[in-house]
Amino acid sequence: MTQAQRRLAFLLGSAGLAAFYLWGLFGLPGFGNYPGPYGFIINRIAVGQTDATGVVSTVNFEYRGFDTVGEEFILFAAAAGVATVLRRLRGEQERPAVDEAADRQVPPTSSAIRMIALLFTGPVVVMGWWLASHAQTNPSGGFQGGVILATAFVLIYLSGEFVVFKRISPVDVTDVVEAVGAGGFAAVGVSAVAMGLPYLSNFLPLGSVPGAVSSSGTIALISFFVGLEVAAAFILIIGELLEQTLLIRQGGQ
Amino acid sequence: MAYIPFIVVVWILMVGLYGIVTSRDLIHLIICLIVVQSSTYVLLLGVGYVTGAVAPYFYDVPVHTPAVDPVVQALALTDVVVEAAVTALLLAFAIQAHKRFGTLDPHELASLKG
Amino acid sequence: MIAAVSTPYTVPVAMMDILQVTILILVAAGATAVVLIRERVRQVLVLSVYGVLLAVLFLAFQAPDVTLSELTVGAVALPVVLLLTLAKIKKREE
Repeated sequence: MTQAQRRLAFLLGSAGLAAFYLWGLFGLPGFGNYPGPYGFIINRIAVGQTDATGVVSTVNFEYRGFDTVGEEFILFAAAAGVATVLRRLRGEQERPAVDEAADRQVPPTSSAIRMIALLFTGPVVVMGWWLASHAQTNPSGGFQGGVILATAFVLIYLSGEFVVFKRISPVDVTDVVEAVGAGGFAAVGVSAVAMGLPYLSNFLPLGSVPGAVSSSGTIALISFFVGLEVAAAFILIIGELLEQTLLIRQGGQ
Repeated sequence: MAYIPFIVVVWILMVGLYGIVTSRDLIHLIICLIVVQSSTYVLLLGVGYVTGAVAPYFYDVPVHTPAVDPVVQALALTDVVVEAAVTALLLAFAIQAHKRFGTLDPHELASLKG
Repeated sequence: MIAAVSTPYTVPVAMMDILQVTILILVAAGATAVVLIRERVRQVLVLSVYGVLLAVLFLAFQAPDVTLSELTVGAVALPVVLLLTLAKIKKREE
């Protein structure tokens, strides 16, 4: 089938798909006329029940916490998959991560990049940590905070060399941190079972003031673990890709 | 106005599918897959919007202010981060395919055996 | 529920409508641009801009959480991963 025939077949098929999709979407009540009861119910009762003012995080970690466990383990499996797929194959060799021609004239990293990266690393780490631990009050949460924490490590790689990145985030430590994050989330749920409650119920004492940092029971704890796990997963993925680019070569055994 | 976001959703989906079908490069194909995924985020948030309402955060607005639906926001939020990791896995497959077959063209990849 | 509630964070409904329609049109144009570009590195950069446009759209839909996610992932983490892949492929091709 030539390219033009393929394009024609796609245009015909997609016209049919678009027609059905639009017909289905026009049967909805329209943009802005949200009819369903669940959104209004949760908005009304979430603050009273969990003492958390960020309702999206209560849906994520409390009312729908079981789904979030599943999604976090998708992330875990994806990071493990990247580490497995990008391993050293037979017929390649992996150089050690040291500088082999240490006395050559290397053009240094531009001072502007270095200054900006070093200036921003500290605030980015603080901001990622703050976001990961304040899920119950602000628009934040474990997922966003974790990705921002991983970005700080990318900044370190940009301002220095790959060797520095490897020294700061060795694979063993990152693996352990990721496992602690994923296992911690599951452990919080299991410890609820150990107390005789259903899995992942909120068993820690709710704070006194809704919206304080120490309010909302297990939601803050779970968000912290999720932040650890997401950060470690992204650092692993980026580290694997960097290793693949810089260290693995053809030839040898 | 009531159906403009849905028309945009269908447009983004069709454009992304066109890119996937007529692509000659695996990396271009994966980026068009990212565009297709983004159409679902717009659809999710478009379904849950309430006209004239605020975001569902009651830190400094009183609790009974009309707010948009938080359930679809929770869905879209975890969706975005998880799809990025799955895309990284797809890219790892593309790297290994390039190593093994020497080409990133989907048409040529389909006809190589072994 | 047609009138906007009067908090410090809302604008009149007509202004919100115009804003949302504008950003939706920009997002549609951005998606078309991402698909139609065929050079690799340029497409990654346009994808980054598309991520920022999507983040502004989510903000106009009153969803700040999703905005944060899309900004960090779509404009930073995903282009980093893509560029590393491109570097590896280019290194093998030379």
